[in-house]
Amino acid sequence: MSDTNSPTSSYSDNWKRPPFIKRAWLRWLLMVGFAVYLAVALGTMDIDWQRAWEGLPRGQRFIEAFFPPNFADNRGVVWDGIMESIWMAISATIFGIILSIPIGLGAARNIAPSWVYFLCRGIIASSRSFPEIIMAIFAVKLFGFGPFAGFVALSIGTIGFFAKLLAEDIEVMNASQAEAVKVTGSSWFQWINYAIQPQVMPRMIGLSMYRLDINFRESAVIGIVGGGGIGATLNTSFSRYEFDTTAAILIIIIAIVMVLEYTSGYLRKWVQ
Amino acid sequence: MPLIKTKDGPLWKRRTLKQSLTRLFWWMVGLAVAAFAWKLISDKTNWFFVQSAPKEAADIGSRMMPPDWSYMDVLWIPVWETINIATLGTLIAMVISIPVAFMAARNTTPHPLVRAFALFITVTSRSVNSLIWALILVFILGPGVLAGTIAIGLRSIGGFSKLLYEAIEEINPVQVEAIEATGASRIQQIIYAIVPQVLPTFVGVGVFRWDINVRGSTILGLVGAGGIGLQLSGSINTLAWTQVSMILLVILLTVIISEWVSAKVRGAII
Repeated sequence: MSDTNSPTSSYSDNWKRPPFIKRAWLRWLLMVGFAVYLAVALGTMDIDWQRAWEGLPRGQRFIEAFFPPNFADNRGVVWDGIMESIWMAISATIFGIILSIPIGLGAARNIAPSWVYFLCRGIIASSRSFPEIIMAIFAVKLFGFGPFAGFVALSIGTIGFFAKLLAEDIEVMNASQAEAVKVTGSSWFQWINYAIQPQVMPRMIGLSMYRLDINFRESAVIGIVGGGGIGATLNTSFSRYEFDTTAAILIIIIAIVMVLEYTSGYLRKWVQ
Repeated sequence: MPLIKTKDGPLWKRRTLKQSLTRLFWWMVGLAVAAFAWKLISDKTNWFFVQSAPKEAADIGSRMMPPDWSYMDVLWIPVWETINIATLGTLIAMVISIPVAFMAARNTTPHPLVRAFALFITVTSRSVNSLIWALILVFILGPGVLAGTIAIGLRSIGGFSKLLYEAIEEINPVQVEAIEATGASRIQQIIYAIVPQVLPTFVGVGVFRWDINVRGSTILGLVGAGGIGLQLSGSINTLAWTQVSMILLVILLTVIISEWVSAKVRGAII
């Protein structure tokens, strides 16, 4: 490239794309390190190829079950499970968001005193510590089988997600609007309601729809550990080899997620 | 923002009466939905068990203390497996998402029908939880890390190609035009004008997804798909609570470290 700068030289015709990582030693180190890791990882993986090969006809049977799926058989069970999942997701989202609002306000560096900040950040970190399904295992141990356990697990998950994003959104808000409301002599609640809430609301509505979507998808597996919802039915239909029912449940889940995603996209356009 | 004329001069209100009523209506609808959902759940709950929860929690908590440190010797291999499932699963997803994303992006798709198909793959992959993918694959391929790796891969394709095709749609078209003006073919345009623009996103999303997948792969063992979840469900089923607390500690550390690594790498790229 250097000789193109001197006016006498002809245009260089051996141009190469610049590499993504400019430092050569780092590039080589990453490539070699990655190759070594890959070799070791694949070498230590304990895979029974024989078993996997024998499983292929089973896979074919599973795929055949989608044509047609069986919505009719066990209809009561499937329908009940889906409804339970939906209501579990809705109530966990609502309850989780209600709890998230004070925690999120407290976890925003720019509006909370430092002891509240650390307390709320601690709550957020601990509710994000484990996957929802592990929370659900313990909720089932504590509260017994049924949707209440799933509700508790999903609510905790919602707090970790929603309060964190709310706090981050408040931290990057426009400070001059907050100041303007403050100088009118507003109370703390008026300040939150008139200066901060309008700034974060559009994004929060979109995020709450997104969280509802996550909670519904998550509620479909919480039943596997006994936490209520469609997961238990799904698991049972699987272990009883009723794949046409499994196929029906999967199709319903995918359809509901698509509807939720479409609605949330529409809602976000409408709010913004 | 309406001004209402009163005897004492104009009064500023945030909303008109109609706006307030509409909002009140939606709040009422929301409240009704919440109450109804709560009632359904409450009907299916045995409150007797819920009341005993604090006692139960104290009981389990005391049984978990102290963690069984010696059990760590058994856990090294499952932790290694868990990380491998996440890493290899992410790699599978990255490779498959590239064509899917280029088919799904409006500006690179060969045909609207192909785009619809690619979007369908994206949605299907994302709607089905990795645990359900694992359940299916354990049945087909047998229990073990292979089922877990492919489950993580299948679940990640959706999230991956969604972010990637959004990045492709948002590229600067001027660069593509400039390359096109040199007489480059469609493939060359993609390689020289689009790929350099989306590469940082691609790597960033990959690392981000890897972090999510490490979290996801800690639980796959619950359905027999390898990783540390297998030990977790085993210890819970045998009520070996000191082992359970040790496993939870290890999962927590793994998750924290992977989050830290992912944040560092993304910080270096962006």
